[in-house]
Amino acid sequence: MSETLTARDYKSDVHPVWCPGCGDFGILNALTKALAARQQPPERVALISGIGCSSRLPAYMTPYGFHGVHGRVLPMATGLAVARPDLTVIAMGGDGDGFSIGGNHFMHACRRNVNMVYLVMDNAVYGMTKGQASPTTQTDWTGSKLTPTGTHMPAFRPLEIALASGCAFVAREFSGNPNGLAQRIVEALDYPGFTFIQVLSPCITYRPEQMGYKKIVHEDFEPTSIRTEAMARLLDDDGMTTGLLFRAPPAPWQGDPAPEAHRAPERALVVGGGA
Amino acid sequence: MTTHAAAQPPPHSGCSPAGTLSIAISGSGGAGVMTVGELLLDAAARAGLYGRMGRTFGPQIRGGEAAALLRLSSTPIEGVGDAYDLLVALDWGNIDRFADEIPLSPDSQVLFDDKAGEVPPVVVASGANCRGLPLSETARAVRGGRPNLVVLGLLAGALDLPAALVREAVRARFGERSVETALAVLELGLATEPPLSRPLSPSRAAGVRWNVSGNQAAGLGALRGGIRFVAAYPITPATDLLEWLAEELPAADGDLVQAEDELAAVNMCIGASFGGVPSLTATSGPGLALMLEAIGLSVASETPIVVVDVMRGGPSTGIPTKSEQTDLDIAVNGLHGEAPHLVLAPLGVADCLFTTQWSVELAEALQAPAIVLSDQSLAQSRLIVDEPPTRSSPATRRCAESPGADYRRYAITDDGVSPMAIPGTPGGMYVADGLTHDVRGRPSSRSADHRAQLDKRRDKLTGFDFGAAWGEVDGDGAAAVITWGSSTAAVREAVDRLRAAGCAVRCIALRLISPLPIDALRGALAGVERAVVVEHNHSGQLHRLLRANADWPCPLTAWHRPGPLPLRPGELVAALSEALDARPNREETPA
Ligand SMILES: Cc1ncc(C[n+]2csc(CCOP(=O)(O)OP(=O)(O)O)c2C)c(N)n1
Ligand code: SF4
Ligand SMILES: [Mg+2]
Repeated sequence: MSETLTARDYKSDVHPVWCPGCGDFGILNALTKALAARQQPPERVALISGIGCSSRLPAYMTPYGFHGVHGRVLPMATGLAVARPDLTVIAMGGDGDGFSIGGNHFMHACRRNVNMVYLVMDNAVYGMTKGQASPTTQTDWTGSKLTPTGTHMPAFRPLEIALASGCAFVAREFSGNPNGLAQRIVEALDYPGFTFIQVLSPCITYRPEQMGYKKIVHEDFEPTSIRTEAMARLLDDDGMTTGLLFRAPPAPWQGDPAPEAHRAPERALVVGGGA
Repeated sequence: MTTHAAAQPPPHSGCSPAGTLSIAISGSGGAGVMTVGELLLDAAARAGLYGRMGRTFGPQIRGGEAAALLRLSSTPIEGVGDAYDLLVALDWGNIDRFADEIPLSPDSQVLFDDKAGEVPPVVVASGANCRGLPLSETARAVRGGRPNLVVLGLLAGALDLPAALVREAVRARFGERSVETALAVLELGLATEPPLSRPLSPSRAAGVRWNVSGNQAAGLGALRGGIRFVAAYPITPATDLLEWLAEELPAADGDLVQAEDELAAVNMCIGASFGGVPSLTATSGPGLALMLEAIGLSVASETPIVVVDVMRGGPSTGIPTKSEQTDLDIAVNGLHGEAPHLVLAPLGVADCLFTTQWSVELAEALQAPAIVLSDQSLAQSRLIVDEPPTRSSPATRRCAESPGADYRRYAITDDGVSPMAIPGTPGGMYVADGLTHDVRGRPSSRSADHRAQLDKRRDKLTGFDFGAAWGEVDGDGAAAVITWGSSTAAVREAVDRLRAAGCAVRCIALRLISPLPIDALRGALAGVERAVVVEHNHSGQLHRLLRANADWPCPLTAWHRPGPLPLRPGELVAALSEALDARPNREETPA
């Protein structure tokens, strides 16, 4: 590469719709830094998202992007990554998008291990629809008119689900630490297979208490390649620990091997043709 | 082929028109009725006959009663006949279950294994001529022998198929371990004096023939059209199409992913197509219902995909193994918002090839989703056909080769199609979006942008020249039948019979359903005074679509009937004679 790309080269001139102070700005910064760190030509990157405040992100960057429908970011990214393994595919969206309406796809993308990075921009709320409980919302949160007495359900634990579903690379980061996040994204991009990063990303508007995240996040995960160890580590986790939790030896999705010789598909239909 | 000397056929008033013969072979699970059916079809094809075979099963997932439903003919045929000339029962199993699927008449012959017990009342009641034969006893002479191959030998004799070709068919089917036993039993059947003689004269037409199902033909059309990515979630009766593609795609450097559900399957296709790779998924009604939101995304983002809907009885889980043309409404009108897209329907088993290939071409050329409405009767019937002509699919997606700084993904162009930048192309970066967007793809809720993109997506379809393939028209006269998809076979046969009886009837079969080819159809109706719309569903979906979308030069009446029983030419002859001759508002002058 003759000219050096800077983080700014990955930012588009579209003005974000996000509220000032939204945690998603930190994720946008981290992504542009990570791509600059890898000197990744923007035309070889595809940013795929669902629907939500967070899913607006692709428009704010210069690579190719697809802002799809609510909850289906992982299938769309899977189709693209399988059909075009030469591209760098980064999938992203909110906690509602990824764990509620798209929850089924999350488990199966973890199992399938198609090469991509998946960032969940987790604010434990539905931001776009103005503040309803999401799967990661705490049981006793009464801030939504839809669930005025709380959710009456335990919060969803994405890292455990990822581990139990066979995910090969599991991390949690904080949008308030864009440099740390950028570095983790670079590691994830370097890893062949499906990589999952839960990014704690405060919603300033509907969960103003999340402004306190920066005081309580703590970078304590010790990466392991032993799944049971990673699972045990999560048993008494407070949900605010950051770092790389688990990284398996790479074994990415291979698809079907091509048969040795090309052949005419109609051969088997011919009467008297045998086969 | 020589005619069988031993028995002169009696003068035959018959269930089938001259030159065709309908044979049903029934038995319980494991009796091997499908094997005999397929072998008989293959042997008949090798001998120069045409034919079809459908299959019907009881409700059990595996095992349970089953019947192979064959129709053999000297000339090409497409659909089922009115009644069965011959029923061979390997046992009586739950034959009652098939009573209305295997109509018998006093002209029918029923052969059964004499160890099978009493002829059931439903068969006796048909008035058919029943005859017990020592089928299992004959098979017992060979160790491990099964009566189904005795039946094959007997039927080959009855049809006067050359024994060598029947042996070839058996050899091509069985593995080394079982072929000798199979051939030995076959010989016993061939050596037995056939209980009846119904030779059909083979066609002399030279050339290659295919033995093909609608699902295979659609799979081949997909490959020839350029499909290189398939996402699959199993559902009857679409699964065998997906399985066929799973086997053939790798050799074409394509990929197939088994998805976790239909929501995933369709979105995977959109992702792959965004990457420049033509993509397809296949499903049935329940899966299509799940896919609709994403098909709307395909429309709005102008990312082409093809969805083959192999229709089955509905609504809800309906009748998964039986045919019905029940999804036209949802395929045409099921998308939210106003989302112009393509809907096509193959007009026969082999036409699944042409129509699917054409659908891929159209989707790619128009950057829009195409829904192909096949159905169980096309998908899971095997047909002997002359090899369909090949057509080369031009590479049809309009791509932005070297987009510059002013690249506009959704530029307003003369024909509404805008060059698409494929990821990897420098300078073409854009964000595809289901949000209403401006010409660059940026989210916009401005009325001018909304209107311009709505217009563009409509005009690229309505302004496209679909040429002559929108439908097939034959005949003339003041009366016409309009039909679509799988109903075409029965309609054509009924129309042939009406013509033979001296009625002039025009037959119009629609392949393109959306955008509705209004001008072409008006042209085809020129001079027609009354027309009836025939389809295989409960509410007359095409009839309503036609009535809702245009004024026509003549009144359109409706004739439709739901599944699970197939449309038969005889019932249509009766229905059409009435609809076309004795219409109440016949005096109405055309507008
Ligand atoms: C099928 C469908 N259902 C519902 C919606 C409405 N909707 C839009 S975004 C959203 C939730 C967003 O929450 P999340 O994914 O956490 O993203 P955030 O806005 O918090 O970043 C919902 C329910 C939709 N767009 N589509
Ligand atoms: S509502 Fe919350 S998540 Fe959405 S932009 Fe505002 S702060 Fe961010
Ligand atoms: Mg959220």
